[in-house]
Amino acid sequence: MSLLQLSNVTKNFGGLSAVGGLSFQLDDGIIMGLIGPNGAGKTTVFNLITGIYRPDEGDIFFNGRSLLRLSTHRRVVLGIARTFQTIRLFQNLSVLENVLAGCHCRLKAGVLSSFVHLPRQRREEREALKRAQDALALVGLGHRAEQVAKNLSYGNQRLLEIARALATGPHLLILDEPAGGMNEQETTQLVSLIEKIRGMEVTVMLIEHDMTLVMKVCERIVVMEYGRKIAEGAPDEIRRDRRVVEAYLGTEEEY
Amino acid sequence: MKNRKLVVIAGSAAVLAAAPLFLDAYWTDVLNNIGIYAVLALSLNLIVGHAGLFNLGHAAFYAVGAYTAAILNTTYHIPVLALLPVCGFTSGLFALLAARPIIHLRGDYLCIVTIGIGEIVRIALINNIFGITGGDNGIFGISRPSVFGYVIRSPQQFFYLIWIFAGITVILFHLLEYSRVGRALNYLREDEVAAEGSGIDTAHYKLVALVLGAAWAGMAGNIYAAKMSIISPGSFSFWESVLMFAIVILGGAGSIPGVLLGAFLIIGMPEVFRQFASARMLIFGAAMVAMMIFRTQGLLPARPRKYRLAGLPSGGVET
Amino acid sequence: MHARELVSAAPGANAFVRIKDMELFAQQFTNGLAVGGVYALIALGYTMVYGVLKLINFAHSDLFTLGAYLGLTLITSWLFSGLGPLWGTALLALMVMGMIALMGALLDRVAYRPLRESPRLSAVVSALGASIFLQNAIMLIYGARNQVYPQNILPRMALSAFGFHIPLSRLLVLCASLAMMGALYFFIQKTRIGTAIRAAAIDQGAARLMGIDVNRVILMVFMIGPAMGGAAGLLVGLYYGQINFTMGWAYGSKAFTAAILGGIGNIPGAMVGGLLLGIIESLAAAYVSLAYKDAIAFLVLILILVLRPTGLLGERVAEKV
Repeated sequence: MSLLQLSNVTKNFGGLSAVGGLSFQLDDGIIMGLIGPNGAGKTTVFNLITGIYRPDEGDIFFNGRSLLRLSTHRRVVLGIARTFQTIRLFQNLSVLENVLAGCHCRLKAGVLSSFVHLPRQRREEREALKRAQDALALVGLGHRAEQVAKNLSYGNQRLLEIARALATGPHLLILDEPAGGMNEQETTQLVSLIEKIRGMEVTVMLIEHDMTLVMKVCERIVVMEYGRKIAEGAPDEIRRDRRVVEAYLGTEEEY
Repeated sequence: MKNRKLVVIAGSAAVLAAAPLFLDAYWTDVLNNIGIYAVLALSLNLIVGHAGLFNLGHAAFYAVGAYTAAILNTTYHIPVLALLPVCGFTSGLFALLAARPIIHLRGDYLCIVTIGIGEIVRIALINNIFGITGGDNGIFGISRPSVFGYVIRSPQQFFYLIWIFAGITVILFHLLEYSRVGRALNYLREDEVAAEGSGIDTAHYKLVALVLGAAWAGMAGNIYAAKMSIISPGSFSFWESVLMFAIVILGGAGSIPGVLLGAFLIIGMPEVFRQFASARMLIFGAAMVAMMIFRTQGLLPARPRKYRLAGLPSGGVET
Repeated sequence: MHARELVSAAPGANAFVRIKDMELFAQQFTNGLAVGGVYALIALGYTMVYGVLKLINFAHSDLFTLGAYLGLTLITSWLFSGLGPLWGTALLALMVMGMIALMGALLDRVAYRPLRESPRLSAVVSALGASIFLQNAIMLIYGARNQVYPQNILPRMALSAFGFHIPLSRLLVLCASLAMMGALYFFIQKTRIGTAIRAAAIDQGAARLMGIDVNRVILMVFMIGPAMGGAAGLLVGLYYGQINFTMGWAYGSKAFTAAILGGIGNIPGAMVGGLLLGIIESLAAAYVSLAYKDAIAFLVLILILVLRPTGLLGERVAEKV
């Protein structure tokens, strides 16, 4: 059984067909890339998977279970976490508190416990702090825990978003243009981070325009154009697929 | 650093506790009003300051609590203080019922609806809805509160009742700030989409903020009813809501010390400048405009939370 | 026989009863239109400012009140002793509208312009502060008691048609509002500045890129909107005879509801919303409950926001994630 399965998913906005009849599946432990020209509908697919949009037709299955009637935060609890294309951090809060947001869904303290800090609540808080610090250490931001998020560099903000997503303890991590705005050194670090994440038994799916990154890291690639899937396969196959070359890569280039 | 803050808090508390011994009845009553508004503003702070929901109809929750106390006390002679949790419950329940259908509305629209709710409650009270609210004249003859047989009657006695209640409120809300729920409210305020995407049930927490804030305002209403012995719809107008809102924003949204300072200044200052009574509101309005232009985060803005981190000295925030 | 039995026994008695019902309806309906016209004029101010700045101008209702008071000051001054009712009222209207327009521009300059780049909450608080300031300034200058307009300006007679007797003054007030609304609609749709205002309301950034001077648009909006509101204040003073410094609250909240009803930011919507709300309110007052008349407007407001927040004529805006 695959981890994630899209079955004939369609999403229209008024007269515009953003995603049409899309089907693919993602197996556990694979790193998959979703590529395509701008406007191909890639972020829309992510929004459909995470529940920000509801599909007009078709269904999405996670571990065999239909996601259709689940709200976004319920899907996070199930194990799907994401980062955003335009960075959506809690800008005025500290780096640590941003990651603690990810821990939220794995904690249990309700309103009453939050008023009266019994030992169990305090223990839970300490564990949450530890988890948050571990996530920060993993992405290399451990020493910046107390900085305000909006003061981080662009690349570090992207890493912070990944840390926050990891803190939710996901099975599936969806990254929307994680290398956006990163220089070459940062991109190399990102590659090793993604491979570290895979080693933690988290399946990764990413949208990226940086082809070097995609070809290096992804084991499977889905290519979209105008809302439809035009190719799927291993990086080598995709590189040579003529439709992909025409639609996206333009003239031939050396990788 | 931390010791200095404790000294300031302890010192102010001591000064406050001793105040009724040195002040006459009039000024003690002014401090009583400040105390009630402080609790009201703290309750609104949960909604506006922490959760970031524009609520300009908070007086409605205040009114529901006050009228619950008044009606149950005058009809069934239940002691007023015993009704404190009941008032919190009815206000909270009212907030839950009123807010559930509108909780998904975007910021501006939510603001407008809260104004509408405030007005509908006020108009219903004036028109003696269900025949129990006494119309324009309100309800009179509310009994004085008593604690184990000790009746609270004078301003000095009310002072301690009100400020002990305010003190408990401050402690509880401070604990809430340093908890999972407190953080969730802030995430909701900063970026709702990101919060939902991080696994936080935003609709649930919006309701939590509104119900908690309403419940506390309801309890403040109970104490107000007991103190005044008479309540009427005129005390729960839109401008009351604006006053509470102003205390929160001008004092420092999301900051407990800020809100307390705001209450002292906004309720206390007009008393100090009583001879300029008619110009008071004029200055108040001008001050609101000026504050937003020159110091938009309020007098005592919220400070970032500090955590005890493994392997790092607990310090301030680097910027 | 008793007189009552005579009447009920007479042929056409049912018709008589029906005409009485229709008379009530006609009175309430025309009353609703007249008051609705006033709501519409005020609503235009709210909707224009919101359309361009996404700001709820809480102080707008106080400019409406100021219009009523300025009108009173001018009418009772020496300026108008010699002029007849027609030319006098026209000149009066122009002067009031002009002065309130300047006040509107001043309001923006002082309370809103410094906050253009600040978070929305700041502008809301500033608007509330400005409203408090204006309302109390009016009270300090003119006093807290009701003030009375001279009663000899609007005609006293009623127009009779089909057995109905509608006061002429009511129709004049309605015609005046409709005329102003018509002029504004023409201005918005057919002139270049009007088009610029519409463009800025849709997308300020794009309008700027197209070479539109957005600052000038904002200035226009803060002059035209309040001018309409000031004129509405004058009409209320003339028609109802009594004004009070708190009347901005009652009229303003209804007008704001009307703006939402028609779709906030939508100019024809504000006109339709105002007239519609006036009619709903008047009919509800007669047929449902007079006491809860004011609550009706707020109930309408909440219903609209829950069921159709973009209003009757508004447009849906999607947020890109």
